[in-house]
Amino acid sequence: MSNDNGHKFPEVVRTTSRFRNPIGKYRLNRTSDCIACGKCVELCPYGVHVKRRGRVLVENQYLCVGPDCPEPCHAACPVGALSLKRNPDFEVLGDFRWTADLLASTWYMAEFGKVPPAGLEYKIGDSAGGFDKLRLVLKADKTAKEGVSEEPDEEVDLSVELNRRKDHAHKAGMKVPFYGGGMSYGSVSITTMLSRIKAAAMLGTFCCTGEGGYPDELKPYDAHVITQVATGLFGVREETIKRVKIVEFKYAQGAKPGLGGHLLGDKVTPGVARMREAVVGYPLFSPFPFHSVYSVEDHKKHVDWIKAINPRALVSVKVSTPTDVDMVAVGSYYAGAHIIHLDGSYGGTGAAPDIAKKNIAMPLEYALPKVHRFLTEEGVRDRITVIASGGIRTPHDVAKIIALGADGVCTGTADLVALECVRCHNCERGRGCARGIATTDPELMELIELEWGTQRIVNMFLAWRKELTRILRRLGMRSIRELVGRTDCLVHLDYMNK
Amino acid sequence: MPSKYMIHTKQTPHRFKAVTESGIIAWEEGCLKCAVCVKKGCVYGVYEDRGLDTRQMMDSIDNQCMNCLRCVQGCPKELIHKSVNPEYKAIGDSYWTPDIVAKLWYQAETGKIPVSGAGYPGPFSGPGFDSMWTDMSEIVRPTRDGIHGREYISTAIDLGKTPNHLTFNENGDLERDLHPLIDIPLPIIMRNPDFGSLSEETLKGWAMAARGLGTFMALPGNMITEALEDFRSSLMPLIGPGPQEIDKGNGAIRLLEVPWSEGWEKAVDMARQQSSSAQVSIRLPLHEGVEKKVISLVASGISIIHLEATPHGRATDHASLFLKDGIRSVHQALVEEGIRDGMTLLASGGLSMAEHVAKSIICGADGVMVDFPILIALECRMCRRCTKGLSCPVEIEAAPSSWVASRVINLVGAWQNQLLEMMGAMGIRDVRRLRGEVGRAMFFEELDRTTFESMGKVEEGCELE
Repeated sequence: MSNDNGHKFPEVVRTTSRFRNPIGKYRLNRTSDCIACGKCVELCPYGVHVKRRGRVLVENQYLCVGPDCPEPCHAACPVGALSLKRNPDFEVLGDFRWTADLLASTWYMAEFGKVPPAGLEYKIGDSAGGFDKLRLVLKADKTAKEGVSEEPDEEVDLSVELNRRKDHAHKAGMKVPFYGGGMSYGSVSITTMLSRIKAAAMLGTFCCTGEGGYPDELKPYDAHVITQVATGLFGVREETIKRVKIVEFKYAQGAKPGLGGHLLGDKVTPGVARMREAVVGYPLFSPFPFHSVYSVEDHKKHVDWIKAINPRALVSVKVSTPTDVDMVAVGSYYAGAHIIHLDGSYGGTGAAPDIAKKNIAMPLEYALPKVHRFLTEEGVRDRITVIASGGIRTPHDVAKIIALGADGVCTGTADLVALECVRCHNCERGRGCARGIATTDPELMELIELEWGTQRIVNMFLAWRKELTRILRRLGMRSIRELVGRTDCLVHLDYMNK
Repeated sequence: MPSKYMIHTKQTPHRFKAVTESGIIAWEEGCLKCAVCVKKGCVYGVYEDRGLDTRQMMDSIDNQCMNCLRCVQGCPKELIHKSVNPEYKAIGDSYWTPDIVAKLWYQAETGKIPVSGAGYPGPFSGPGFDSMWTDMSEIVRPTRDGIHGREYISTAIDLGKTPNHLTFNENGDLERDLHPLIDIPLPIIMRNPDFGSLSEETLKGWAMAARGLGTFMALPGNMITEALEDFRSSLMPLIGPGPQEIDKGNGAIRLLEVPWSEGWEKAVDMARQQSSSAQVSIRLPLHEGVEKKVISLVASGISIIHLEATPHGRATDHASLFLKDGIRSVHQALVEEGIRDGMTLLASGGLSMAEHVAKSIICGADGVMVDFPILIALECRMCRRCTKGLSCPVEIEAAPSSWVASRVINLVGAWQNQLLEMMGAMGIRDVRRLRGEVGRAMFFEELDRTTFESMGKVEEGCELE
């Protein structure tokens, strides 16, 4: 798989769960009545049952698709030894935005590099608004009906240009319409950070360091790193700004708009403290806002400062979604930004007050069309790249937000779910993430191996790529760029045919 | 500038074990007795500190489990599972949801703002206050850093009628007396909820909290017993119909409330005879067309009006009219009449989360009155057994007043800090400036329609995905 610029997408390598018992939606119970006839092994298209040493076992029950199964084993079992029921553990998982189905389907994608065959709703969540009420309007599926073989995926172009100002900065672009959002060293482990950045490099895209410095381990991937300058200026050095192609200013974060960041003392380990030039064990506050910026003119000084240090760097401006987000976007463009990055109110975080996550600033689905329209009316839309983040969970969310006016998206939580995050919401407690993802605890960090993490994220994004390619083909498009702002490809269920 | 107002909270543990959202089910049968059992590896040490609460017959592991699911996913015989706790789901009702109740418990225990990792897990929007978002300032409108104490944000409000202007005589003295005003350091008044297994200790605890916080505790006049004598200046008696002696004992009543009725003038006169110095608030149930009543009350010289919604935050006659919209239209009507500053508007009913304070004020209230949260702070599970004459599962009536006061101060302290967070993000430095600032909010009805209205057409033969 290679294209014009010689970029070659990585292959899917099946990468199973780190845990002995992966969590699935269904449970199959086999009683001692089983006569080991092997009928279930033959029937099951998903490899749930295996025959070993004359015995038949339910070995991969997490792959069972339940009532969606075309040939249910439990109905066919000659002695009635099999019974199917819902997995009670599954009921405890998930929430309105990331339903248990979405978690499990993301785990499936991270394992197999493709969307789940059945049994799981992998396209939408249960939030009853925004993305979850929007549907893509696709033409009738001719290929499926006429049995026409699919064109190779390379025929559909998913790449996005990031420097649309056409100035002297790098002509950076990405091969897929997504890059990794900022997650700092300290809030996640170095293995998590490296897994994301390695995966980004393999996929021909970028990944942001977040506010917490630029560890030396990332050096081999400089060409794929976005480094962040946030309000605390932690770990910001001229040397690191010079190294990268894209520098991101974080003005605000969707999960806690208008509030500063807070890294609890427990997470400030010697490594983190060194990177952030701080004291071990003391909590770190990232203030809000940049106290050097109180106007667009001040903001321009910021941008100029980066350009003076690294004249070829693209400047991205990450902002949240207040009522005047359109003015902020246009101001950022005139200040010289290449990328305006909107982080909507449902975005992820290592720790934020619940009141801020729920109430402050508007959902991305409202902000993005507003910004797209305003930039278009201003006549500058084609000279700035609009990136959306904050609640992008699935390839369908990607397609929907692009149709609402984005050029591409930024992901965060999805990457962590690929690493088997269960969204227990305890990232910040005590030693940090018990599953070894968002932690700097030396023992817990050991739970993830770099190669495993990288491949899981690569697999998930290859599944996204495949799905986006399929969607574009169904829309009759050859490039993701054709989809930008095409709200006619969307329908909102509450307003349908009214 | 008033001296900086801070609420001092302190950890005040539950008296009973809280009901948890899910429980651990660990089977012993078939256990392999592995040398390195997953239970030993628990990151939170849940299984090590395990103990049985004999009073409630509850296993402590459920309260300590943080839902990482590692034991569930690690046990070789799959003997450990998690299960949704039906008892948790049964807490409260459709409005006072288990999550709201559990978060109030947490705030009352710790005095802290609920903070968590990962993004917002809830629905896109919802009815009432859940259909609005508050604004934040970015780049060009500076925020205020109130929460870490670097900048002062005032949450004080005045109760009563503020003058439109001042006039001075030739000597430079004020020409006429100002209307009496009561100022309270936070826009929250407490009031006794419709039910609860209360004792004199409970009421005393609430009164102590009101005094400690510098605000008021509203309760029926006939509940003011001798035990509350010392707290009279922090109490807001509700005057029922008929003669009552409220102004006896030490310290003057400063604020009282009269329910609206056709003959409200008479009731107010009677109340004023009892307590000449007190400010009078009239409690008016929220109903369709309430604006006219409010305007006529203000025109007749009433300076404090308490707009009361049902415990679910709705109008008494129309379930589709939410307190949020009621406040907005009353505020708007008063502004149009040019009399908004001549009165104080208080709102109550269904205020269950910290954000409801800021949102009520943005919609046009000066302050709010909070009822059930001060009961839930005392571990109330909203089971309503007390309304049927049954015993309270958490024996609220037996709680000492000092514990009651501490829990309520914690809750209100956490709410005040959350108000500061929201105001800071908006760049507002005085809560009085927030009143009616609908430009600092975004409303679902407007945003959703303008964004998606045009996305309704589907041609025939198309598939939706």
